Amino acid sequence: MKMRLKVCLSALLLMVQTAWAGDVLVAVAANFAGPMEKIAVAFEQATGHKASVATGATGKFYAQIKNGAPFEVLLAADSETPKKLQDEGLGVPGSAFTYAQGSLVLWSATPGFVDSEGAVLKQGGFKHLAICNPKLAPYGQAAVETLKALNLYGSLSPKFVLAENVAQAHQFTASGNAELGFVALSQIAPPGKTIEGSYWLVPSNLYAPILQDTILLKKGEGNPAALALMKFLKSEAAKAIILSYGYRL
Amino acid sequence: MTDQNLDAVWLTLRLAGTTTVALLALGTPLAWWLANTRSRWKSVIGAIVSLPLVLPPTVLGFYLLLLMGPQGWVGHLTQTLGIGLLPFTFGGLVVGSIIYSMPFVVQPIQNAFEAIGSRQMEVAASLRAGPWDRFFSIALPLARPGFLTASVLGFAHTVGEFGLVLMLGGNIPGKTRVLSVEIYDRVEALEYAQAHWLAAGMLLFSFIVLLLLYAFNAKPRSF
Repeated sequence: MKMRLKVCLSALLLMVQTAWAGDVLVAVAANFAGPMEKIAVAFEQATGHKASVATGATGKFYAQIKNGAPFEVLLAADSETPKKLQDEGLGVPGSAFTYAQGSLVLWSATPGFVDSEGAVLKQGGFKHLAICNPKLAPYGQAAVETLKALNLYGSLSPKFVLAENVAQAHQFTASGNAELGFVALSQIAPPGKTIEGSYWLVPSNLYAPILQDTILLKKGEGNPAALALMKFLKSEAAKAIILSYGYRL
Repeated sequence: MTDQNLDAVWLTLRLAGTTTVALLALGTPLAWWLANTRSRWKSVIGAIVSLPLVLPPTVLGFYLLLLMGPQGWVGHLTQTLGIGLLPFTFGGLVVGSIIYSMPFVVQPIQNAFEAIGSRQMEVAASLRAGPWDRFFSIALPLARPGFLTASVLGFAHTVGEFGLVLMLGGNIPGKTRVLSVEIYDRVEALEYAQAHWLAAGMLLFSFIVLLLLYAFNAKPRSF
């Protein structure tokens, strides 16, 4: 009886393994959800491997990975998280690199609301300004740095509504509940679409560069699909997709 | 406990208290109607009241955000009335919580009203007690256990609310950052020690509330 159970279990395990062969489980920062969808398609066409993508806040992924989540590759919204994972033995040493550099925009769903100089921040005339929680998200940190550089942080902080990640900041602003918000350029400028509403591309000297790093996680070390994805992120095909969303490299 | 924690605790209690009082005021006539009506709308209204039991809070939060926003009809209404937009405000959270906790208040009261039956009300009517008199001197006192259950569950369920507040609140300290969101923030920021204090407190609070409720309801009633 015990023997039979063992056989059954190992057969089951084998089935699970074959089902996953060629698959790589990727955790992706919310701001990179759009480009990653396209990269996954191109990746499957080029290599035959399939990338299963989970999107969310980088901080949450960090906590989950620390507690045994099965992710094999992380595309973070910052460079600190991959570094921390490597130091803690959860990432493969030397595998991290910057796959994209993010751009911060001040955006409103209303056309003409945000001028091309961002003067609307000084003029006021709005009740809510959506930003990501700076404790959790690099785009939130960049927004705070920008406001501090403009000497507006103190006067505007009572108007903040804090989003859990950049996707929620976009949602607060897109629904019009916050008149304007700091979001990622990649969210409002998907290739082939005209930008809705109005925006100010925040000059990059107002905030520290948003370097988005990826790292191969220990769970993916022995998975050829994970290794292939890391390589594919550096390919010209992937770079073209990343640039088309307004990221810099 | 930091000041920020205390703010969140106080805000949560205020939200749950306001919601419970509002729900008792709105839910009592609704429960009375549901308990006594023979209208064919009874099942429709009953189903609507129960919807929050089965819907994920994200569905409620998402639709409320759109409805109460500048493009939604509730948003138009509140702006016309001069209240302004409700998302990211304490009032907005109260409205969301009323919908979210509605079944937890209406159903126990409705059950209590239904359990009274019609005999005592008919006896009182034959003694020339008017409908209001009958309601206040017979139905309400007899339904007291139902009201207790409704208040406790409504309060506790609002304290435990998370998804809806996250989508509707905007995480503003002192205004919409309730305890569950504060805990979530601490966990996300890897401040596990802080998170433990608050989370364990919440666990203990919820257990004690339910324990008291079950202990009270298990007692044989003395009439």
